[in-house]
Amino acid sequence: MKVILRNPRREIVIDGRRRVHALLAELDLTREGHLVIRNGTLVPGDAELDRDDVIEIRPVISGGA
Amino acid sequence: MKCRTCREPAIIDLPRHNANFCAEHFLQLCRRQVAKAIHDHEMFTASDRILVAVSGGKDSLAVWDLLVDLGYRADGLYIALGIGEYSDESRGYAERFAAERGLVLNVVSLREEYGYDVPTAAKATGRVPCSACGMSKRHLFDKAALDGGYDVVVTGHNLDDEAAVLFGNALRWDVEYLARQLPVLPARHGFPRKVKPLIRLTEREMAAWCVVRGIDYIIEECPMAVGNRHLGYKEALNALEEKSPGTKASYYLGFLDRMAPLLAELAATGADSVRPCARCGAATGVADEHAVDGEIVCAFCRLVERSAAHAPVSVDLVRKKSRAERRATMEVEAR
Ligand code: SF4
Ligand SMILES: [Zn+2]
Ligand SMILES: [Zn+2]
Repeated sequence: MKVILRNPRREIVIDGRRRVHALLAELDLTREGHLVIRNGTLVPGDAELDRDDVIEIRPVISGGA
Repeated sequence: MKCRTCREPAIIDLPRHNANFCAEHFLQLCRRQVAKAIHDHEMFTASDRILVAVSGGKDSLAVWDLLVDLGYRADGLYIALGIGEYSDESRGYAERFAAERGLVLNVVSLREEYGYDVPTAAKATGRVPCSACGMSKRHLFDKAALDGGYDVVVTGHNLDDEAAVLFGNALRWDVEYLARQLPVLPARHGFPRKVKPLIRLTEREMAAWCVVRGIDYIIEECPMAVGNRHLGYKEALNALEEKSPGTKASYYLGFLDRMAPLLAELAATGADSVRPCARCGAATGVADEHAVDGEIVCAFCRLVERSAAHAPVSVDLVRKKSRAERRATMEVEAR
């Protein structure tokens, strides 16, 4: 699957299927700090992501005081 | 995963509620949390005129959307800070949001109206950028609210923001700041009321609100925010939250419930007397005032004077570099 990461924007390719929480863990990303979006729709932690999905992992923590 | 309310497929898991929600019931939860914050803290009523501080980021657009959705009368104010591309882009998001929904967005440009921008102010005054920026924004939001006849200024501070500030204040035992860290700052002479309706919702929930509602917002960070302490506190709290969901809410909301009342007396003594600035007329607290040729001049007017006289400075000159960037520069220099 194609995974789009932000700040800075970049793309990586992951082989095979994954559950959302497993993908986050693999990339060392916290659940509380990210949203996972498939084709414009949010997906919860136990959703299964397919080989041909395009996934955006969007960080949600902003630093401005 | 199924929605706790309707058993349809869920789109989000919220560990702190030990539940999952579909889009419709997630939105309902957000609306209820905001309505509860507004009600419990008596933030405003349906007849009040509200001015929302809009940055083009998720929180300010979400709070504006939520207030309009709940039936309140709310206009926006965007301040063009002159922080390079980041400012140009964020302004575009704010303007598109307002235009698509037929909402009123006022814009104040630091460069066009006051002759400076945030990077230049930081350089000219020796302040860190966020301090020059925060001071400018506070002054201009107060001014816009008073000039425009608004009853209240709304900001998009969420639970993560407030918990992180609380954490910082508690680490330093800054008791005066702790006493005043409340979701409502009452109006006092020359200052509008300021309120934070998102204190019961997390950053992740606000980003999710935007995704579900189809709100485009600026995802990129302000380049001045890189590596600031605030961000470190948020990461620390989120590490605790992952192990023990609900930590942030019980920390901050418990503070409001049980600790803030004990500090109330101290908060009241902070409401010092104010005098008008000789240049702009803004109410100026004793701590902020400063005599120039025997006149009271507010901190904002002094900042404008020094910054507008300074040659424009680019973002890159004043921003801190991230660790990765510093490493890259060192590698280039070592060659
Ligand atoms: S991060 Fe700092 S400089 Fe950037 S908008 Fe926020 S307060 Fe201003
Ligand atoms: Zn539902
Ligand atoms: Zn002044």
